[in-house]
Amino acid sequence: MASQTVSDPARPEQTARKHRSGVSAAAPPPRRSEAQERKSGQVFTVVSWLVLIVFAVLWLIPSLWAIKTSLTSNATAALGALPILTDWKLTLGSYGTLLAGGDIWNWYLASAITSVITVALTVIFGSMAAYALSRLRFRGRRAVFLAMVLGIMVPPQVLIVPVFAELNAVGLLNTYWAVILPQVPSVIAVFVFKQFFDGLPKEFEESARIDGASFWTIYRRIVLPLSKPVIAAMSIVTFVGVWNNLILPLFVLSNPKLMTIPVGLATVQGSFGQRLSDIQASSILGALPLVILFVIFQRRIVEGVAGSGLKG
Amino acid sequence: MTASTLERPTAPVARPSAREESDVRRGEARPAWLFIAPFGIFYVLFLIWPIIYMLISSFFNTSLVAKGFGSFAGFGNYAEMLTLPLFWESMWHTIFFTIITTIPLVVLAFVFAILANRVRRAQWFFRLAFFVPFILPSAAIAIVWTFIYSPSTGLWDSLRTALGNPAPNPVLGTPDLALIGVAVTTIWWTIGFNFVLYLAGLQDIPRELYEAAAVDGASQWQQIKSITIPLLGRTTTLVVLLQIIASLKIFDQVYLMTAGGPGTSSQVVLGLVTDTAFTNYRVGAGSAASVLLLIVILIVTGIRQLIERAQNRRAA
Repeated sequence: MASQTVSDPARPEQTARKHRSGVSAAAPPPRRSEAQERKSGQVFTVVSWLVLIVFAVLWLIPSLWAIKTSLTSNATAALGALPILTDWKLTLGSYGTLLAGGDIWNWYLASAITSVITVALTVIFGSMAAYALSRLRFRGRRAVFLAMVLGIMVPPQVLIVPVFAELNAVGLLNTYWAVILPQVPSVIAVFVFKQFFDGLPKEFEESARIDGASFWTIYRRIVLPLSKPVIAAMSIVTFVGVWNNLILPLFVLSNPKLMTIPVGLATVQGSFGQRLSDIQASSILGALPLVILFVIFQRRIVEGVAGSGLKG
Repeated sequence: MTASTLERPTAPVARPSAREESDVRRGEARPAWLFIAPFGIFYVLFLIWPIIYMLISSFFNTSLVAKGFGSFAGFGNYAEMLTLPLFWESMWHTIFFTIITTIPLVVLAFVFAILANRVRRAQWFFRLAFFVPFILPSAAIAIVWTFIYSPSTGLWDSLRTALGNPAPNPVLGTPDLALIGVAVTTIWWTIGFNFVLYLAGLQDIPRELYEAAAVDGASQWQQIKSITIPLLGRTTTLVVLLQIIASLKIFDQVYLMTAGGPGTSSQVVLGLVTDTAFTNYRVGAGSAASVLLLIVILIVTGIRQLIERAQNRRAA
């Protein structure tokens, strides 16, 4: 296995092949010459590249098409696909119109306020609950845990009618709170935090305990500072989820001034009529903050999403 | 305790005796509940209570325009839904959508991940292409794709005209095509999630296995068939079941792209729920439909538990 360390990790089969003559398999497989094998490995890699690139380009076309359309004038965009493709008099007119119009700023504001407050509350309250479940022994712990497992099985979308009725009953419709409060109890956040805390060494906390520190002090001064990676991951994943949520703000907000980006975009198609370029530009402006977030936090977002199993 | 001691055989501090431990443990209940309380209050108010409210109101003629639960309806709301052709039509659309999205979303994500893992370079580019759409708002996605599908002048229809079909059926305007159009959009939008789950699963497979297989003369395809696919079994279970549940909850794309139309040809259960509750103000009937959808989702979740338990038993 020593040769493994010096070999190119991307080509494990080359290293393996060197050992081949020394290995006698019990049931010899159909033998192929080394040259044949290397060739088949290379062919496979080339085919992999080709297939991936074809699909990746296919996957980029819709976004590129929207960007191209948004940079075309409304008049040209109304003529159809070919004129959009061939017209290279790029214009930022649509972006100018939208950014000067004002609605988009209200949407950005609403999305930013609701997302940031929800993230803060979810991360603080979720990590606190997770700390208790991970570290403290108390009667009812199993019951709390069971209640959370049950909660994870009920998708929030299914509860839109009773949540609306509740917010209506307490007079919170058409406030940011109607978007924020129902999204705070994310059971997945508690589980992800608990899993992380379970993996932290307990020695510091135990000696702090013996020195008389309260659990709150331990949570604040020892556990949270060690948890920056998971806090960052959960913050980003929660932010993306709240920013993109459509169904909740769609029904609890009807005041155009309070609309979040997704609700605002949902109204665009009808209200912009034939201004096709403006419509595409509004979609891109709505997606832009998340693209920027992705560029900055690429790894964290991918790991956070994969690690928490959060899906729309 | 044994497990954690085993994990850290060189624990620096001597373990406190059972007596000392119980002394330290005493008084943990109060702080524990205080730590749980803030989250717990939100949890009860916005998860537990809505579930209870949904169950109760599904047995009442609850309305948005009247206070309280309204008059008792017994199983009336359920009977109404279960005999309503539109309910079954929406349920079928939901299940049809789930089938036609889950299969490509799992198979394509698997293939993309295997290939991306194989080439190992330009990972950022494939993440950009396949993953970024997943984190964008459904409303932005719907705008882009509705435009691509727009009748005769859109990119898709122009392409088909160029390929010799002078008058292609508008995708979102044709009853048989609308849901398929929404499904294609959904595949494009959400494949990145399954893609990164599979990439993470692939990284857990030890490379030595492939090396050993290559030594024994296994071809690339044989390696994929007898190493990669079996060892990704758990990932596949996870991906498939998360995907089924995500597809059963379909609402955004249909609401934004077709509003359930043309007619009711792409209406899905959550669309019917919100129409019943918010357009017709009939919270009771909407709740009953929600409960029926929740039952379907819980059945899928139950199946997932059974499969995972079986897989764990086999692994043990």
